[in-house]
Amino acid sequence: MIQNIPLSYYLVISTLMFFIGIYGFLTRRNLITMLMSVELILNSVNINFVAFNRYLYPQQLQGHFFMLIVIAVAAAEAAVAIAIIINIYRNFKSIDVENVDEMKY
Amino acid sequence: MADYTYTLLIPLIPLFMFLLLGLTGHKMKPVISGLIGTSGLGIAAILAYATAIKYFWTAHVAGTPYVSIKAFEVSWLHLTEKLTIHLGVLIDPISVMMLVVITTVSLMVHIYSIGYMKGDPGFYRFFSFLSLFSFSMLGLVLATNIFQMYIFWELVGVSSFLLIGYYYEKPSAVAASKKAFIVTRFADLGFLIGILMLSFNTGTFDFQTLTDPHGPAIASLGGAAFMGMSVLTWSMIFIFVGGAGKSAMFPFHIWLPDAMEGPTPVSALIHAATMVVAGVYLVARLFPVYALAAPDALHVVAWVGGFSSIFAAVIACTQTDIKRVLAFSTMSQIGYMMLSLGVSGFGGEEGLGFMASNFHLFTHAMFKALLFLGAGAVIHAVHSNEIKDMGNLRKYLPITHITFLIACLTIAGIPPFSGFFSKDEILVAAFHSNKILFAIEYIVAGLTAFYMFRLYYGIFWGKKTHYHHTPHESPLVMTIPLMILTFGSVFAGFLPFHDMVTADGKGFESHIDWMIAIPSVLIGVIGIAIATVMYKNETAIPDKIAGTFKHLYKWAHRKFYMDEVYLFVTRKIIFRYISDPIAWFDRHIIDGTMNGIAGMTVYAAYAVKGLQSGKLQQYAFVFVGGTVILVLIFVYLV
Amino acid sequence: MLNQVMFFLFGAMIVIFSLLTVTSRKILRAAVFLLFVLISTAGLYFALNYNFLAAVQLTVYAGGIVVLIIFSILLTSHVSERAVMAPFKQSLLSALATVAGATLTLMTILQFTFVPNAAADPHFNITDVGNALVSYNRDGYALPFEVVSVLLLAAMIGAIVVAKKEKMLKK
Repeated sequence: MIQNIPLSYYLVISTLMFFIGIYGFLTRRNLITMLMSVELILNSVNINFVAFNRYLYPQQLQGHFFMLIVIAVAAAEAAVAIAIIINIYRNFKSIDVENVDEMKY
Repeated sequence: MADYTYTLLIPLIPLFMFLLLGLTGHKMKPVISGLIGTSGLGIAAILAYATAIKYFWTAHVAGTPYVSIKAFEVSWLHLTEKLTIHLGVLIDPISVMMLVVITTVSLMVHIYSIGYMKGDPGFYRFFSFLSLFSFSMLGLVLATNIFQMYIFWELVGVSSFLLIGYYYEKPSAVAASKKAFIVTRFADLGFLIGILMLSFNTGTFDFQTLTDPHGPAIASLGGAAFMGMSVLTWSMIFIFVGGAGKSAMFPFHIWLPDAMEGPTPVSALIHAATMVVAGVYLVARLFPVYALAAPDALHVVAWVGGFSSIFAAVIACTQTDIKRVLAFSTMSQIGYMMLSLGVSGFGGEEGLGFMASNFHLFTHAMFKALLFLGAGAVIHAVHSNEIKDMGNLRKYLPITHITFLIACLTIAGIPPFSGFFSKDEILVAAFHSNKILFAIEYIVAGLTAFYMFRLYYGIFWGKKTHYHHTPHESPLVMTIPLMILTFGSVFAGFLPFHDMVTADGKGFESHIDWMIAIPSVLIGVIGIAIATVMYKNETAIPDKIAGTFKHLYKWAHRKFYMDEVYLFVTRKIIFRYISDPIAWFDRHIIDGTMNGIAGMTVYAAYAVKGLQSGKLQQYAFVFVGGTVILVLIFVYLV
Repeated sequence: MLNQVMFFLFGAMIVIFSLLTVTSRKILRAAVFLLFVLISTAGLYFALNYNFLAAVQLTVYAGGIVVLIIFSILLTSHVSERAVMAPFKQSLLSALATVAGATLTLMTILQFTFVPNAAADPHFNITDVGNALVSYNRDGYALPFEVVSVLLLAAMIGAIVVAKKEKMLKK
């Protein structure tokens, strides 16, 4: 099952997803789409953990639990971020990231 | 060796009076400040006379030469072994003579000023400046080393500046004080160069070491030669340049006529009797070095003196402001003194010129101060400086008239007044050394008599009887100094200077050389006669002569255009070609660099400011980009 | 063989849908593409025989987070609103940074040959996972469990406080 696919293929996929997520974070103007890009990044990290656990340390569960904890953290972070976005929407009537630039020179 | 330490008090008392009057003078009544200043000078005068009596008679063993004594010395600034500046008091024949001159004339001026400056709002300021000047001049003559003399030289310049510009609200007075200071300062540049050259080559500043005939300075004749003259000669010439500036010798004389903007007592004290003779004193102080080691420099001194005296005498014949006539007369007489030093030898009979110069300095101080104070009384009476506003004053100002007449006779060289003796000695010295210089001085003697009596007749004779308010004789406080100075100028001629003040300290026999004396008296009398014919009654002769010699008259009246020459050189040449480019360089390149650095800092700050824009995605980009670059560097390139 | 096909299918879906997520103009479509990415990831986990993890991924990530995102989209913007894209300069620079980073990372990873562990394919059942989660032995994960629970509590409180309407406060 795993002999046909070397580990590096999984790593390639996760790397691509990671950098696509970074590109999205840097380019998108809508706060929610930025949040979605962050979720992509976190997801790519998960794939990494799982792949390493499966290929290099199959007897142990550390990768499992790290991945579970990352999912929990991602969920919590998404919730708090959405709460903040809703607050911003109430104050600025738009969720363009260019509006939240008051802490500057 | 007698103890002369008390002579330290002589300059210090006026200094104390200066500080006292300067700091607290505005709180006291004006006449009190005048009395305080006068009493300070009075005590200094008494001490000076006591010193003179002690040095020349009581403490002196007859037959021995006069020695120079260092009464007091303290090391003030110790930089290296060779460069140490001492301050002290040196007692020797010329410094004691100068003490007497300075304190006497200063005391007379102080007493006179109590009356002359009455009612002036800056009364106490005047007296404090007078005390400052007295302190500076006394310090100058008592200096033990050339650097101390330079310090007091500059102090005297400052006092002169303050006093000429005393009426600081008058623009002409301010301009005159600036001119005096700048011209003398410029000459002092030469003085400083001379000091540095001299002390570098001889290793010392001290006068006693420098002027010791057997000492190292004089023995080290020459050394390196430059343009045909030794380094020592060049340094002595530079030092003379400084003296020429302070003594208003050509070409540094331009400040002296303008300095008459100051109050008349100031002109009497500074620009007639004391400060302007500082240059003569300097050459006299260093005379052994000049005579024994740098005789070429003495030639320069003599010719500059001779030229200045005839230059000034010609100009004085055409001036109409009485103070300016007296100013040019001063320049001419100082030319006499310089010339006398220049033709002098060193020991015994050869040193006649030296003795004559100092004798003339002594008598000149008396009668020139008398002339100026008398002129001050006249100005006080008619409120104007011009001859045309005066006339027939002998009826209104009797005491002033008599004293002024005696002073004019003295300066013309009529025996038995003191001027005859001192001027005669100078003519003898010049005759035995250089006939051309003798001829110049002979002519100047005649011109002196002529213009002084032209002045005398213009003021005290003539028919002018129309005055706005009747001129009145000055109060007693102004006439008593006149009388005392008259006494001095009459009887000072009988002092045995040939015993007291000589180049090497030993006295020599001196007698009147009738072959020179009679012609000199004769030309004086001729000068007086011509002036009487032209000016005693108002005639048209002066205008006719002025008409015939139109160009010479015009040139002499305009002081030979020296001021215009100076202005041209400074404005068109120095300002335009030297000062302006340097100023441009300073403003645009040096300041420009500073401004440029500041401007670049501001620009960089604005550029960096953009980094904190508040834009989230920009921060993230910098973060990612920075990480990528760091990884690139540390993983692949290092 | 089937393994490889499944892997390449899921891998391609992940990459394509993530690209579409970050470049789509319509927000709701971006959310849906994200959903597909997450489902494909779950598929990858299934292919690796990690059933529990895949189930958690589907439940929490795909089911919870994406729904939350869609709710917030509906709350804060018009559904068919076309999103404004970033100016060209910003896109270019970000693309450059991204491509550079990706290249670097891939180069670093691919240089290294990973030797897979040749041990047998273990089968973890849910009991083992559950025991490990709450056991406080040496290889138990009770402590991270507690920490995460504290974090979830804090997040919950924070989200509620931040998103509260102000009118309630004034009363």
